[in-house]
Amino acid sequence: MKKPSALALLADVTRRSGLPLVDRVLDVARRRAEELRLRVVGHDFDERVAWLRRRYDSMGGDPFGLDPDVAKRVVTVLSFFHRLYFRTECVGLSNIPEGRALLVANHSGQIPIDGAILGTALFMDLDPPRVGRAMIEKWAVTLPFASTFFNKVGQVVGVPENARRLLEMGELLLIFPEGVRGISKPFSQRYQLQPFGSGFMRLAIETRTPIVPVAIVGAEEQYVNFGNLDGVAKLLGMPVLPMVPQILVPGGQLPLPMKYRLHFGEPLHFGGDHLDDDQVINDKVWLVKQTIQDLLNRALSQRSGLFT
Amino acid sequence: MNPGTVLITGMGGRLGGRLLRRLHRTRRVIGVGQRVALGLPKDVEYHLVDPLRSAAREVFSRPDVKAIVHLGVIHDSRRRGSHQSNLLTLERVLGYAEQFGIPKLVLLSSANTYGPRPENPQFLREDAPLLASGRFTEMRSLVEVDLYAQSHLWRRPETEIVILRPAHVLGTVRNAPSNYLRLALVPTVLGFDPMLQAVHQDDVTQAIERALMPGIRGIYNIAGPPPVPLSKALRVLGRRSVGIPYSLAKSGLTGLFQFGMTHFPAAELDFIRFVCMVDDGAARQALGYVPEHDLRETLLSVDEERWA
Repeated sequence: MKKPSALALLADVTRRSGLPLVDRVLDVARRRAEELRLRVVGHDFDERVAWLRRRYDSMGGDPFGLDPDVAKRVVTVLSFFHRLYFRTECVGLSNIPEGRALLVANHSGQIPIDGAILGTALFMDLDPPRVGRAMIEKWAVTLPFASTFFNKVGQVVGVPENARRLLEMGELLLIFPEGVRGISKPFSQRYQLQPFGSGFMRLAIETRTPIVPVAIVGAEEQYVNFGNLDGVAKLLGMPVLPMVPQILVPGGQLPLPMKYRLHFGEPLHFGGDHLDDDQVINDKVWLVKQTIQDLLNRALSQRSGLFT
Repeated sequence: MNPGTVLITGMGGRLGGRLLRRLHRTRRVIGVGQRVALGLPKDVEYHLVDPLRSAAREVFSRPDVKAIVHLGVIHDSRRRGSHQSNLLTLERVLGYAEQFGIPKLVLLSSANTYGPRPENPQFLREDAPLLASGRFTEMRSLVEVDLYAQSHLWRRPETEIVILRPAHVLGTVRNAPSNYLRLALVPTVLGFDPMLQAVHQDDVTQAIERALMPGIRGIYNIAGPPPVPLSKALRVLGRRSVGIPYSLAKSGLTGLFQFGMTHFPAAELDFIRFVCMVDDGAARQALGYVPEHDLRETLLSVDEERWA
């Protein structure tokens, strides 16, 4: 009989004692990861996903392409930021009606993390869970992967027909009437609302949809912007070029871990004619803007600290 | 009461064959077409003649013809002179309808005439502009046919004109979407997964039958079951797919098309990048149209009679 070779012996030892050991280590790691996941997303996470799936399956699938499986994975990642990184605190969630509504919020923070966190909060902290549906720019649809990603997490192209259809479905629309003006404002203007667009007001009046004012506190300080270089941005053909020195520090590319606070105000109902003169509509927009500014001011005076 | 004879143009096509089988039990059917049709029911009269030829005049002039279904629109832009002949044929058919006092004309147009565009609302209504030929000149023949029929729509009260714009028609028919889904390895554009709307060929003939009811006129979108992402449609069909970057797919397809190795012009890639879906609310209300085939049946119908 031939003597077994050294290699075969090694293989045998590895199989008998090495592999189970690796298995055990992996098992522990897997269990730890699962524990961490459960701590972050909460124990009712799968129930929430199932609830959502039932809601859209009963409509024969979301016509805009929301994919619960993709959304689940994305929310898992976002909930790490939501629960651990920004430690989001929600006040007045009960002000969100069960049916359709427009959630009108301030926009800030150089990159739109505030929208993602608001959407995550609606899914993680509201009972039953909801999907916040924001409107994306038309050019984003032409980008490969990005367009698919946005669709699968429930974002839609920003045209009025889509907004109307979502409201007919009883969805929550996230509206940031400041747009890019709000996102890229310098640090010196934090918590000062920029001029509002008025499209959302015409939509609310036309569809008789309540408006829930939302104040997002924390996002405005996540990137400290010393000012926008408008001249250089124009030269380079960029929409905006903010000076954010913190991104030069290693790790500073991540936003500062501010404590996020979301304050939901009482729903506002507007009547009248949606085809009214700009003047009339702008008065109503001003009312919403003032309400959000009040919410912001109150929230700022109440907060104990930037990071706690 | 005898509803009178229906004259179908382009009856040699597969959709024409399905339509006459639906209609011929309740009313007399005469066909005009340029393709040889085999195995026709005995009570159906078929004339192998180009509607532009004077020989066709005799068929249109029969006093018992009470309706025309115009299917004889060439969708393949590579057929020489298809653009001219599509318009001339429609003009001739409309002229016969006027001259012989035929009270009904149904034109089968297509939802593709709206054009796939990133800024499209998720569901287009009938009043949306037909913009397909903007990016895609090969489509102009179909767009112009639709527009030409529209210009006659309200001008001539004695003929009720109905324009049907179905979404991607699937089935044993030999059209671009069905051929695409019949490929063994389906190429998709990398990073894009648009929502698709399909309608079963027999739901289209159902809509045509309903459009023949007296009193119906106007433009109606026809949609099938609720839309699904392209990736899900391919999963239902059990097709393997390969994602190709857009620029590569475009140049590759342009080359293949020039050498006659594919039936798909490069511009049609937009149909698997952006949405082009319709709202069929008007057809459901006015025609009482409800698709009878669910998503599975609709998709799997492309594999029926595959080798026949």
